[in-house]
Amino acid sequence: MRTLWRLAAIGVSAFFGIVSARGIEVGEKRSGFDFMTPETQALQADDISNPGMLWVLQGEQLWQEPEGRANVACSGCHGDASRTMSGVAVRYPVFDEATGRPIDLAGRINACRTERQQAEPLAPESDALLALTTYVTHQSRGMPVTPANDPRLAPFRENGRRLFQSRIGQLDLSCASCHDDNWGKRLGGSAIPQAHPTGYPLYRLEWQMVGSLQRRLRNCMIGVRAEPFAFGAPEFVDLELYLAERARGLPVETPAVRP
Amino acid sequence: MRENPIRVDETMGALGALVGRRQFLRTGMTGLLVISLPRWAVARPSLDEAIRTFTGGAAVLDGRVRLDLPPLVENGNAVGITVAAESPMTTDDHVRRIAIFNEKNPEANVVVFHLGPRSGRATVSTRIRLATSQVVVAVAEMSDGSFWSSRASAIVTLAACIEDLL
Amino acid sequence: MARALVNVPKEAKQGETVEIRAMIAHPMETGYRVGPNGINIPRDIIRRFACTYNGEEVFRADLHPAVSANPFFAFTLVALASGTIEFTWTDDAGATQTASAMITVS
Repeated sequence: MRTLWRLAAIGVSAFFGIVSARGIEVGEKRSGFDFMTPETQALQADDISNPGMLWVLQGEQLWQEPEGRANVACSGCHGDASRTMSGVAVRYPVFDEATGRPIDLAGRINACRTERQQAEPLAPESDALLALTTYVTHQSRGMPVTPANDPRLAPFRENGRRLFQSRIGQLDLSCASCHDDNWGKRLGGSAIPQAHPTGYPLYRLEWQMVGSLQRRLRNCMIGVRAEPFAFGAPEFVDLELYLAERARGLPVETPAVRP
Repeated sequence: MRENPIRVDETMGALGALVGRRQFLRTGMTGLLVISLPRWAVARPSLDEAIRTFTGGAAVLDGRVRLDLPPLVENGNAVGITVAAESPMTTDDHVRRIAIFNEKNPEANVVVFHLGPRSGRATVSTRIRLATSQVVVAVAEMSDGSFWSSRASAIVTLAACIEDLL
Repeated sequence: MARALVNVPKEAKQGETVEIRAMIAHPMETGYRVGPNGINIPRDIIRRFACTYNGEEVFRADLHPAVSANPFFAFTLVALASGTIEFTWTDDAGATQTASAMITVS
């Protein structure tokens, strides 16, 4: 009897697999890790060989360095990051009262720098900003992505969804064209993953360094021959918000390694 | 001048003034193609020449060294390799050096490891760059002066999407 | 301070062969890449990596641009006496960065 049910279940799922090619079905959510070769997976899995850990190390050092006119370190207010930052990154982006908009973790770190430390903001993709963001996110490694349940974020998340599904560029492709409709297939020699941002900032072999989710989004926009948004653009934060909701429940991997 | 379209170098500007627009475009395109051939494309020594420089011309035998390289590489910027030579690694009988060479990168040399009896084992892992699909060779020099080699090849797939430069 | 990660076993038995791993943050700029301005990015690589054990060199690597960014090496050595294992990375300009670890041999 149990076998019969199982057969029926396989039949039903196979049927739905054919009729609903769109989107990622429940239970099919998979990290980009699963689409990599065993060699690249091994690179991420072992902290001694994962080059992203060099940015974690740098972030740990920067966390304790006093900065700005306030001459205060991150640790001066937040103490031991392994306790105070554990589980923080899984909620981001969150609603920022000051601007009335969502803010991502890198944005929060820079806001902290300018407001609390009274220092100059760190440049996008600078080693220091990536290192601090990687270090803070790393404190949540293994925890499920759990976006903030804040109704004020809803319109921004909706805009992120709209951007994800809008066709852009000379190739007239949306994010969804590849990552909802064709994940698991190949584009040239590369596997198309589901585009879950669970490992950012991550070490990309193509970059030969750690980079942010926004850098990856810019690469994708250039890939479809669209004019990319600037680093820090509100559209990017809205997209990050939608992507976090879409990845809900997947474990944080930072620092991940990707090809 | 018109009969000599493949004329490249700094005189291109003067050439443009002498010939017609279409002729110049064609000449210019050919010129660019020639100019854009990277210097190393003609300058680098072959795989065999590079190995000969390392061995000083001594014979290289097959065996006693093993090179592990993944056959299919997702990104040529970081290819994990492990090289292991068979040796008791004693004062009298050990591996002195292991060198890695490639066939098609801009430079043939990759890395040279210096080992000795204090190494315990002649096994080393590292990560290398492979510009394209090609052959990689490991050559081990033993303490008796003999050379042994192993070769492996990898297919390197290229990223599907183009990138901007930071 | 070097941005380097080294892995040395804390303890080992006399005569045991132990695995050492070392990685340093470095772009290993090949000199063959072209920057956004169309000009080649100048070469800047780690040229030599050496490991000493109580002052004696036990492993060395001569690097060329084909070694990946953030160079990583795993190798072995024989634990003979308690002491310091030191790592030195030397770049094209001759500047060095170091890291070290202690090993207790019983």
